[in-house]
Amino acid sequence: MRDWRTLLSQWPVARQLQQRDPTALGSAAFSPRSRDLRPRTATADRVVRSVCPYCGVGCGQLVYVKDGKITDIEGDPDSPISAGCLCPKGAATFQLVTGAHRVHHVLYRRPHGTQWETIPLEVAMDMVADRVRKTRDETWEDRTPEGALARRTLGIAHLGGATLDNEENYLIKKLFTALGIVQIDNQARI
Amino acid sequence: MIAMGAKGFFTDTTVCIGCKACEVACKEWNQLPDDGMFFTAMSYDNTVSLGASTWRHVAFIERPVPLGGQTTAHGISWLFMSDVCKHCQRAGCLENCPTGAIVRTEFGSVYVQPDVCNGCGYCIAGCPFGVIDRRAGDGRAWKCTLCYDRLRGGLEPACAKACPTDSIRFGDVDELRATARARLEQLHARGVTEAYLYGEDAARQPGTEGLNAFFLLVDRPEAYNLPPDPVVPTRKIAPAWLSLAAAALGMAAAAVGAVASSQERGHS
Amino acid sequence: MIQGSNMAECHPVGFRWVMEAKNRGATIVHVDPRFTRTSAVADIHVPIRAGSDIAFLGGIVNYIITHERYFRDYVVHYTNAAAIVSPDFQDTEDLDGLFSGYNPETRHYDMRSWEYEGQQRSPVVETHQEYHELTGEPWSEGPPQARAEHYDETLQHPRCVFQIVKRHFSRYTPEVVEQICGVPRDLFLKVAQTLCDNSGRERTSAFCYAVGWTQHTVGVQYIRTAAIVQMLLGNMGRPGGGILALRGHTSIQGSTDIPTLYDLLPGYLPMAKGQYDADFGQYAFHNTGRAGTWSSFPAYAVSLLKAWYGDAARADNDWAFHYLPHITGNHSHLMTVAAMADGRVRGYFVMGENPVVGTVHSALHSKGLRALEWLVVRDFAPTETVEFWRTGPEIARGEVRPEEIKTEVFFFPAAAPTEKDGSFTNTQRLLQWHHKAIEPPGDCRSELHFMYHLGRRLKRLYAGSADPKDRPILDLVWDYPTIGAIAEPDAEAVLREINGYTVADGKLLSRYQELNDDGSTACGCWIYCGCYAGGVNRPARRRPRTEQTWVAPEWAWAWPSNIRLMYNRASADPGGRPWSERKKYVWWDAEGGRWTGYDHPDIVEAKPPSYRPGPDAEGMDLLSGTDPFSLHADGKAWMFAPAGLVDGPLPTHYEPQESVIRSPLYGQQCNPARLEWDRPDNPYHRAYNDPRFPYVLTTYRLTEHHTAGGMTRWLSWLSELQPEMFCEVSPELAREKGLRNGGWATITTARGEIEVRVLVTDRIPPLRLEGRTVHQIGLPYHWGSRGLVRGEAANALLPFVADPNVSIMESKALTGNIEPGRRGRGRRVVTSGPIVPPLDHDGAPRDLRPPASGAGSGKRPRER
Repeated sequence: MRDWRTLLSQWPVARQLQQRDPTALGSAAFSPRSRDLRPRTATADRVVRSVCPYCGVGCGQLVYVKDGKITDIEGDPDSPISAGCLCPKGAATFQLVTGAHRVHHVLYRRPHGTQWETIPLEVAMDMVADRVRKTRDETWEDRTPEGALARRTLGIAHLGGATLDNEENYLIKKLFTALGIVQIDNQARI
Repeated sequence: MIAMGAKGFFTDTTVCIGCKACEVACKEWNQLPDDGMFFTAMSYDNTVSLGASTWRHVAFIERPVPLGGQTTAHGISWLFMSDVCKHCQRAGCLENCPTGAIVRTEFGSVYVQPDVCNGCGYCIAGCPFGVIDRRAGDGRAWKCTLCYDRLRGGLEPACAKACPTDSIRFGDVDELRATARARLEQLHARGVTEAYLYGEDAARQPGTEGLNAFFLLVDRPEAYNLPPDPVVPTRKIAPAWLSLAAAALGMAAAAVGAVASSQERGHS
Repeated sequence: MIQGSNMAECHPVGFRWVMEAKNRGATIVHVDPRFTRTSAVADIHVPIRAGSDIAFLGGIVNYIITHERYFRDYVVHYTNAAAIVSPDFQDTEDLDGLFSGYNPETRHYDMRSWEYEGQQRSPVVETHQEYHELTGEPWSEGPPQARAEHYDETLQHPRCVFQIVKRHFSRYTPEVVEQICGVPRDLFLKVAQTLCDNSGRERTSAFCYAVGWTQHTVGVQYIRTAAIVQMLLGNMGRPGGGILALRGHTSIQGSTDIPTLYDLLPGYLPMAKGQYDADFGQYAFHNTGRAGTWSSFPAYAVSLLKAWYGDAARADNDWAFHYLPHITGNHSHLMTVAAMADGRVRGYFVMGENPVVGTVHSALHSKGLRALEWLVVRDFAPTETVEFWRTGPEIARGEVRPEEIKTEVFFFPAAAPTEKDGSFTNTQRLLQWHHKAIEPPGDCRSELHFMYHLGRRLKRLYAGSADPKDRPILDLVWDYPTIGAIAEPDAEAVLREINGYTVADGKLLSRYQELNDDGSTACGCWIYCGCYAGGVNRPARRRPRTEQTWVAPEWAWAWPSNIRLMYNRASADPGGRPWSERKKYVWWDAEGGRWTGYDHPDIVEAKPPSYRPGPDAEGMDLLSGTDPFSLHADGKAWMFAPAGLVDGPLPTHYEPQESVIRSPLYGQQCNPARLEWDRPDNPYHRAYNDPRFPYVLTTYRLTEHHTAGGMTRWLSWLSELQPEMFCEVSPELAREKGLRNGGWATITTARGEIEVRVLVTDRIPPLRLEGRTVHQIGLPYHWGSRGLVRGEAANALLPFVADPNVSIMESKALTGNIEPGRRGRGRRVVTSGPIVPPLDHDGAPRDLRPPASGAGSGKRPRER
């Protein structure tokens, strides 16, 4: 515990008088915290180059990481597209990726169920694979009823892609096409 | 602290697009909570005013009159203005603060030290713009820091960095004044004759002795919810303080004695 | 010109450069039904009736031609204005709103009369629509060419494109523009004049648009009209010109290039068609252009099959072409959802999308989801789509109980972009790499992880199968290396496959011109070939903007070939000299014998301007040194589209499916080729003057939220800025209906009913049309039943109806009603029965000759 003199010396009025700053408008009034204040990004372990995940403009972002956690996301001044700027959505990317709204586990609703259940990821992946195989096998058509070539299933459909990476869309199209799924679409049409 | 040229904002409302990037960038950097989710039906303004948790606020002014230089079918216009703490040359909040929590930094900005503030609230009455406020649940007074931490690291404030159209410009106040005057001339030449600067120096706004965060506006200040002639309260009541000063001296003398002796021992 | 877009609100940082241009003296024109944040800083705002833009733009076309303001040298050399069209062609002006070739029974056009004179067949590669289906005949002749055989460079021949365009648009006078659009004549003329004054050798003008143009039953033709304006004014392929699509999602361009779309394979290769692509030879035959970039189609297609099926794709087995599924019609999103609602789809994957809020007719979507066996949704938090069984409006009203819903539902938590490596392709075709910053939390995973491990499981499940249908899975090249404890696939390995490599030694390819049709190269997406040239991840290039030219060629990578401005050959005159010093961009360097400039030239680099194809020329050599538009077989920009569009070679004004007025132009009210869904759970209003629905509705976004809200409604910093669903109405309408600012209103269509807050504003002014006042109601569409801030989804009001070229919904112009107060608790959506009394349609026909069935104007879309 600090003694009374230490405490007293930190009393603002005392500091003002000590440091010949009776108007309280100079450095005397600065607390140790204020004196040491630095941007939190200054101590980041690394800065990662990224791209805003919202609209199609493609603004550059800098992601600051400290101890495996994101501490800040702001605009990348080097980008010829955005010159360091972000719109309100882009500026909120930090909350999008670190927010408490994010669910971290798989949720499962069984047929006719009234609530969510939590199931392990690997189990869920196995279940989905089983359903894809079963549905595909049961709905496969080599030809349409009119006799046109088909080699496909109309039992399974996919929607989504505009928010995903090119590499992800590539695997979606590649795998689903190999499975004979043709009802593939995304926000680009919507 | 080493004194340097004052830093501040020049907010040019004629290029503001009302996107509110400044509001969010400020909340992100300063990790501020929301101010509640209320639909106000006041144009697109749902955060209403500056406050303890909203340090940049965009005002939306819908007018039944046209803006100079603009052609519309119905003669309407829509003004946006990103408001912020003005970091007054003479700051009422700072002068009212009895604890020394509010300081003027080496950047000329007015900074509330959250580790010193005890939430007395005297500062609130000192601000002629209604900027500073206490946060419910926390009790302390909060307002724009001019991103004091960022400035220490050589970074510009988060709002100015994010602003997509450079409506918010950050820099040396002297240079910003020159920029603002040039911009004003340009606008006048382009037919935006109603444009003027608000609070750019002590001559134009003696009540605050000039603002380190000043504005280019195209309607009267009241349209933006700004006082036409703001006066720091302490300017008005300075004479009253003189009589109080005598009483205060006695207390101060006692304090000086105590501190001086403690300082001596501390050095020994 | 910003039209069909609210750029300042929806693309604020892109708008930074508009404001920069304005600061340098550019004039900004905003044409929009509302006075938005874009209008607020524009020089000119033109209020327009939602759904009438073709008339406005058509008026500009007419103005340019009438006043001889077109850029003659550009028009003659770089567009097909001089081409002579078939004598069989008849215009809408001759046929009361129909072009020649229309079949009222099938509601399709036979496009043969639209072709150039002397031609028999045209290419279909531009839109990938089914030529055979449209013409009813097989394609039997040689490679398509669409190169005119007859030109009249004086532009005087009565059947040359220029004269056809001139006649076609002559009726779009300023008076007609005023009549259809509600735009005062003087204001229209001011815009037309401003645009012309700012175009030519020394100056260029750009158009910016977004879904305000596309989401109409005649959406593609909106953009076509702007294209005609820009061709006439010489504003394509030149710096400061163009027609800029402002896309709404970070990689929506990428998801078109590498399509998660039903009708395309990567790089805009058409999917195989069941009716006639029986083998690879036919597939290649049907899609290879005689000239231009598409003349190398077989190389692109074989390289894709090699990338997917590796050693199993050989010359002697047709490159495993038979592994590809075939499409036999329209399998687009709305078709799929309709099939789902009818119980014909069992399983559904939804990744990063929230269709119950984001697409049309929420109730029909929910009905579809209820009919599924299983649903897989991947997102950050449970959206309305994945919670349809728990919190949907039908559940809340008690019309459906969760216990009755059989659908098995999986919600997989998605990794954020900051938790994975990968590339996005932005609205200007720029691939930009984002690097992983941290590990995803808990069981959150990337879609790359999900797809890769799903594929591995399926390969295991099918292992040992002898069924030919399972060969594509077993032979699929699926051996990406993984990284770290969660076994994340290496995204760069995927990008390298997309870039392409030599099969023999795995050497990365540098440009798409290296692709071969002999199986020696593999490439996942030919237009992206070169993005990993030299082993360098070019999308990850980040040379600061201050250290390179304003074109910034070393920031990331643009397809194709890192060209930043497509068709840039047109920035120089036919002789290869810049049109002006001020607008210099690429030019012919006679000494060096090659094209040079600020950007990568969009022409064969060593092809001199004087080059003309000889009689034996093929492929790219068939294009001359003055042909800038190499994706077309004739190298020209098409004012008149002899092929590629299913609803007409020229744009013309049609009213939206639901309108407030009878078309002043023709007996044909709506686009005759539009897609309708004639089903009881998708009722339409009368075509016009429906007494139940007297107002124009239009939907849109706000800056503060993102599309269906999945990435914004859960964030406090954005939610507090726009915390509740509302509508925008004028003070006049508010007075008329007793609406109070900040109070409640209920908005109704035949599909559904929503309650919203009211924002009364002068920014959505009533228009004068046909001597009466027409009110418009604005509806942002971001909200739903989940998230921090809630509201009813505007899209619950919209019908299934679509543009025939691309199957996009019509969300920007429809009719509806508004009443003060909250929605009655007992009311229903249409999937539970009609919510408004039905009305006989016959008094207001949409089509000149209603189908013989006579039951309304509707007809089922093409479904097989």
